[in-house]
Amino acid sequence: MSLISEGADFRSPIAAGAGLGLVEPSLVASSIAEPSLASVGDYIALMKPRVMSLVVFTALVGLAVAPGSLHPLTAFTALLCIAVGAGAAGALNMWYDADIDAVMTRTARRPVPMGRVQPGEALAFGLTLASFAVGVLGLLVNVLAAALLAFTIFFYVVIYTMWLKRSTPQNIVIGGAAGAFPPMIGWAAVTGSLSLEPVLLFMIILLWTPPHFWALALYRTEDYARAGIPMMPVVAGDASTRRQILLYTLILVPLGIAPWPLGFAGALYGVTAIVTGAIMLALAWQVLRERRPVERASRHLFAFSILYLFLLFAMLLVERGWGGLIARLAA
Amino acid sequence: MKVGIAMNEPAKDDGIVLTEAQKRARRSRSIAIALALAALVVLFYVMTLVKGPMVLIRPM
Repeated sequence: MSLISEGADFRSPIAAGAGLGLVEPSLVASSIAEPSLASVGDYIALMKPRVMSLVVFTALVGLAVAPGSLHPLTAFTALLCIAVGAGAAGALNMWYDADIDAVMTRTARRPVPMGRVQPGEALAFGLTLASFAVGVLGLLVNVLAAALLAFTIFFYVVIYTMWLKRSTPQNIVIGGAAGAFPPMIGWAAVTGSLSLEPVLLFMIILLWTPPHFWALALYRTEDYARAGIPMMPVVAGDASTRRQILLYTLILVPLGIAPWPLGFAGALYGVTAIVTGAIMLALAWQVLRERRPVERASRHLFAFSILYLFLLFAMLLVERGWGGLIARLAA
Repeated sequence: MKVGIAMNEPAKDDGIVLTEAQKRARRSRSIAIALALAALVVLFYVMTLVKGPMVLIRPM
């Protein structure tokens, strides 16, 4: 079942957004003729600060649990570069996706569709930030971390935003890798190498992404359909998406517990992963049994999935990273 | 001839004249860029002090 309107005309999607009442028409007009009125706050909004905070947190965990030592200032530099790199990716995403952002309720008030920042300005801003973030990370920390950051930005902008997002319902399954790289970058900043542990952290975020985003997509289906984005509920339908959410959660939960039996994490992490994993499974089961227009279970799963990932990484930080981080700061 | 003079006069072009709001926005953006560049200079300076000659060695 496809919810994408065959008659949809996205040749001028910002204008289409204005037509739908999502974008202020005067701002659309002014965005074409007038010099920029963009404030510093608009440029900060381009960097997707909420996404940045999650990226910084998971990178911090990768950095803190890695063996070896790193000067606190070098660690700060690494986190700063990772944050700026994530911001660059966000700005480039908003540059490219301005057309579909304009027709989605959730994103219509972003600076580019609102006309406060010109697409060219967002592009220049993103490219500048990306160059600085990768360059500084390579010069002041190490080349592997910089290469991984460059690849992450490339993956998010080119592979996910430009290619997968508009062409396949598997967009966030593969594209989720971009969000999963930060702990690997943090690890590489300390060790200059990679091993099984950061790959496991990568896999946890990768497999967490589909249930998280599909739960959101279940109650935003019309929004995605209007924008012409082939999200799973839009293309495969409601029931299939709910089954796949449960399937991915069934793989995610044991993987989330795995650091404990593998010796990367202690009992506190293990118990947390089991308890929160059980809640994830229960919520995914409720999502499977739920039918539209009811969307309570989907909303609950979306909200809890954020807490789930946060708790797993926070427990790693408490168990393994905190002591090491304090020792590094004291050194 | 009057008409000829008028045709040869260069058209008066003041370019784009910014409004006060646009000037304020540009000023705030300029200050933010200056602060970011200053922070970058400080970061490189302090990192050089911290790392010493090792700052030139960039491990994989």
